[in-house]
Formats: sequence, C-alpha cells, structure tokens
Amino acid sequence: MTSQPAPSVRVQADDFDVAHEQALLTQDRKDIGALVSFIGLCRDEDNTLEALELEHYPGMAEAEISRVAGEAIERWPLQGLTVIHRFGRIRPGEQIVFVLTAARHRADAFAAAEFLMDYLKTRAPFWKKEQRAGSAPGDWVSAKSEDDSAAERWR
Amino acid sequence: MKALYFAWVRERIGLSEEEIAPPGEVVTVRQLIEWLSRRGDGYAAAFANPATIRAAVDKRHAAADAPIGAAREVAFFPPMTGG
Repeated sequence: MTSQPAPSVRVQADDFDVAHEQALLTQDRKDIGALVSFIGLCRDEDNTLEALELEHYPGMAEAEISRVAGEAIERWPLQGLTVIHRFGRIRPGEQIVFVLTAARHRADAFAAAEFLMDYLKTRAPFWKKEQRAGSAPGDWVSAKSEDDSAAERWR
Repeated sequence: MKALYFAWVRERIGLSEEEIAPPGEVVTVRQLIEWLSRRGDGYAAAFANPATIRAAVDKRHAAADAPIGAAREVAFFPPMTGG
C-alpha cells in the first residue's frame, strides 16, 4: 500500500504550463499508469467577449480547493494530484483552471478529475464577470443549476 | 469581527470589507444577514434575496442557520462561478 500523495494546490494570476506540471508530477516515477488532465479555457461563443475578470476569496480559495483535493485522495487511490486555478483578467482562449490526476489505473484518474471539477465549480470561491467588447461594466456570470446537480451525484 | 463581501454583494454594498460589531442576539448567519440588511440601502439591495447569498465563517462554507460564534471573519457572496 502506497502512502497518500500531498496534493499541489495553487491559486495564481499567472498562466500555467501543462507540460511542465505533468513533468513535475511524473518525475522519477515508474509506478504511475494513468494521467488525466483537465484544462478549462475562457470561452467566447459569439465573438463579443473582451475578457473575464475572475474575483476570488484569497485564503479561502486555496483552503477550499485543498479540502476538495483531500476528499478526492480519500475516495480514490491517487498517486499524485495538481490543481491550479487562476484569478484576475483572462482573455478568450486563455487557460483558467487545471486538474491533473495520477493513478495506477485510468478509471480512478478519470473519476477523481471529474469529481474535482464538479466540486470546484460549486465550492471554490471564484466569481466571473464578463467584459463585453464596447459595453460598459459587464455582467456577473450566473451559477448554473447543472453545476449543482453535477456535484450532487458524487454524494 | 471582519465582514468581507465579494462579487455583486461587494458592488452593491460598496465595500470589500469592514469591521462589524453585531449585538449579542445576532447568533446565526441568517440573523447577521438580517442585521446587516438594515445598515443601509446598499446592504438592503445586496441581501434582498437571501436565497442567492452564500456565506463563509472563518473561510469555510456556512449554512444560514450556522452559528457565527467567535468568528474572526464572515464573508458573503453570490453562488460561485469558478472552474
């Protein structure tokens, strides 16, 4: 039985490098069989979005993501786990969130990554405001009930 | 204790944080919201629909009936839209 990994959780304004994060997690390891990575991007569906302004609750954002990461490690036999969430101004096409799970087998890596994203959406204290091209202040993105039901199914 | 406000709660109140001293009969998160709502029009607008307000006590999610106890920090914000 291997010991539980310490998750790497980061909340930052800067962009992240997926290949670098993957190399950090797999460095000097030969026992990992599956890596699943999820990258959430800033999406502009009708070519009117200038940028998203992501507000967060410093301190609680890190703490809450760490709590969710701890739950994932309790539920699935993970060998490594990285979660990065950005804040600040993010333009369409840029990366917002990153989840990387490592396990011996793919089912655990997939399930844990999906669980993490479903829970981050409803529990991590971040709020998106849309800045539309040519328009004044912009609107806060509303929470979706689908996100709540996606998180509920893990109970 | 310190009160923190985020997203449109912050915008409606016009403050991101402030020091508050609620009276002893304010025991739960819900009662604190009711007490804050009476502080002015911005507060009343921010807390007009309590169903859309989420709260955290000392950086942990807290339900409306949770006690605020000896919390150092209470935060109010809309449902989260990260990820």
